Amino acid sequence: MEKILEVKDLKVSFQTYGGTVQAVRGVSFDLHKGETLAIVGESGSGKSVTSQTLMKLIPMPPGQITGGEILFYGDDIVPKSEKEMENIRGKDISMIFQDPMTSLNPTMKVGNQIIEGLIKHQGLSKADAKKRAIKLLELVGIPMPDKRVNQYPHEFSGGMRQRAMIAIALATNPKLLIADEPTTALDVTIQAQILELMKELQAKMDTSIIFITHDLGVVANVADRVAVMYAGQIVEIGTVDEIFYDPKHPYTWGLLASMPSVDNDTKDELAAIPGTPPDLTNPPIGDAFAARNKYALAIDYEEEPPMFQISETHFAKTWLLHPDAPHVEPPAAVKLRQRQMSSNFDKPVIVKEGI
Amino acid sequence: MTEKLLEIKNLKQHFNVGKSNMVKAVDGITFDIYKGETLGLVGESGCGKSTTGRTIIRLYNATDGQVLFNGENVHGKKSTNQLKAFNRKMQMIFQDPYASLNPRMTVADIIAEGIDIHGLAKSKKERMERVYELLETVGLNKEHANRYPHEFSGGQRQRIGIARALAVEPEFIIADEPISALDVSIQAQVVNLMKKLQREKGLTYLFIAHDLSMVKYISDRIGVMYFGKLVELATAEELYSNPMHPYTQSLLSAIPLPDPESERTRQRKTYDPAVHQYSADEKVEMREVRPNHFVFCSEKEFAQYQKEHKS
Repeated sequence: MEKILEVKDLKVSFQTYGGTVQAVRGVSFDLHKGETLAIVGESGSGKSVTSQTLMKLIPMPPGQITGGEILFYGDDIVPKSEKEMENIRGKDISMIFQDPMTSLNPTMKVGNQIIEGLIKHQGLSKADAKKRAIKLLELVGIPMPDKRVNQYPHEFSGGMRQRAMIAIALATNPKLLIADEPTTALDVTIQAQILELMKELQAKMDTSIIFITHDLGVVANVADRVAVMYAGQIVEIGTVDEIFYDPKHPYTWGLLASMPSVDNDTKDELAAIPGTPPDLTNPPIGDAFAARNKYALAIDYEEEPPMFQISETHFAKTWLLHPDAPHVEPPAAVKLRQRQMSSNFDKPVIVKEGI
Repeated sequence: MTEKLLEIKNLKQHFNVGKSNMVKAVDGITFDIYKGETLGLVGESGCGKSTTGRTIIRLYNATDGQVLFNGENVHGKKSTNQLKAFNRKMQMIFQDPYASLNPRMTVADIIAEGIDIHGLAKSKKERMERVYELLETVGLNKEHANRYPHEFSGGQRQRIGIARALAVEPEFIIADEPISALDVSIQAQVVNLMKKLQREKGLTYLFIAHDLSMVKYISDRIGVMYFGKLVELATAEELYSNPMHPYTQSLLSAIPLPDPESERTRQRKTYDPAVHQYSADEKVEMREVRPNHFVFCSEKEFAQYQKEHKS
């Protein structure tokens, strides 16, 4: 499969009164054509900042890319000027935002918001663009598109607005679609429809999607691969099966165990992850998750763990995979779902030393 | 779990009555809440679940119907003192921990507001002791008392909201989407805390939410609402294993499960209210299809459900 995006050791920080917040601390991943990568993590884990940096949407200043490369079809985005970015945004890379209530312009007709990108990037005439806008609204499942195209966002329901957002994002057939919690504000029934729709459109247009969410159910539904972020770093990345059936990082265990499952009727206490995420103005020494991690080893407080490779596609950043580490049992909720992965290496291999 | 704490009878809450844009947010619902239980209320946004909660606690005056709390009507005429006594027994935890705490008040003042109003502390010292105790109960500590809400994270703020609700020693707490605004890992903390408090203090909860897996986990019984009506009411296990109303079935089929394999093969059901084809003279009401399992249906559907779900 063709690689369309390669992010290498990306670092982003923000200058604030309280000091420099290191929001993204060395993130590397790649994305293939037509695949969906889900990024999960708590608020403040850097997942939204990472994705916004891909489009250079973070306000600079106070934001700053302090290191790393973002190769989009081999071309580094980081040094590009605002003017050059305008030719990429909305054309090659599009974004769907979390809140459909606030991310559409309330003073502009929905049709005109779709047309905007078409005229700018594809040089269509106004009449042609409008025809295409109607087609797009139809594609995303909005009834009576020829009427709807002349309506304002307030005349749309929440689910419809999100559909309109998707129509805007897809108008120019982008190669990469970044969806930042696109269904979080929606009801489950509408969410199911939107996810269905996104998968359908992806199959049709072969778009790659970066899907940011904290809902693991949604991840299981849409993702091919999953990256788990914590405190500005990717702590585990692998195929969706590897993350759900053979997770290695204690933080991933914590996430999986803290969700009640609809299938079982246990009323045991949920395995909550204690405490709160660390302050990134002053990231802790060693493993950032150590303070909340009941499996933490002594070395976790001293030295940052390296990235271990478990299979061709599965990586995790925890000392527990080191040959000298004691064997630990994951929480019961994780053990229940654990399976033997045939693609695993005999032993985890260190691929990147900690910094 | 036999004593009724709350009886809601044919409760109606209509807005803009008499105007063309009248909304029947809650349209005649009837259910009971037993002492010490957690009743979950689920449904899409706009189905009236929050309005139901707010009407029960009298944030809105009901258009019609009754809410009996320990046998007394909440919505009846009351003197200021009687109303105060009522408010003490019923408290609410709100959805948005960022908007529901006054940013200009310290945490101590937020929590102690109810204590002051109801005169529950005789001296300043006692008041502060009570605040410290409450902070500890919800997993915060003394030092937090003099801070302001903006210094806290979402999960901590929700804990403050819970401490505030507990301050007046209520019997019944309405939790309106108390965890929707929180992260997954923090959600579990807050839910565990709520369960612990229930065990220790014998609280009764009305838990309003749209996250069905969490609702199932915390609730003893669950009511499903659709367009201002309660369409199904059953114990949590029964509802999930034997959903009868087509709307409940579609709702359950839409929950994404954290399991890639089942996600790949799942079939979603959609609900079309037209399937019922109720004729004008049919009486549609809550009927008990199985013991303690109520479904909003017509006589004909009732017979059909009974046939399908023989136990």
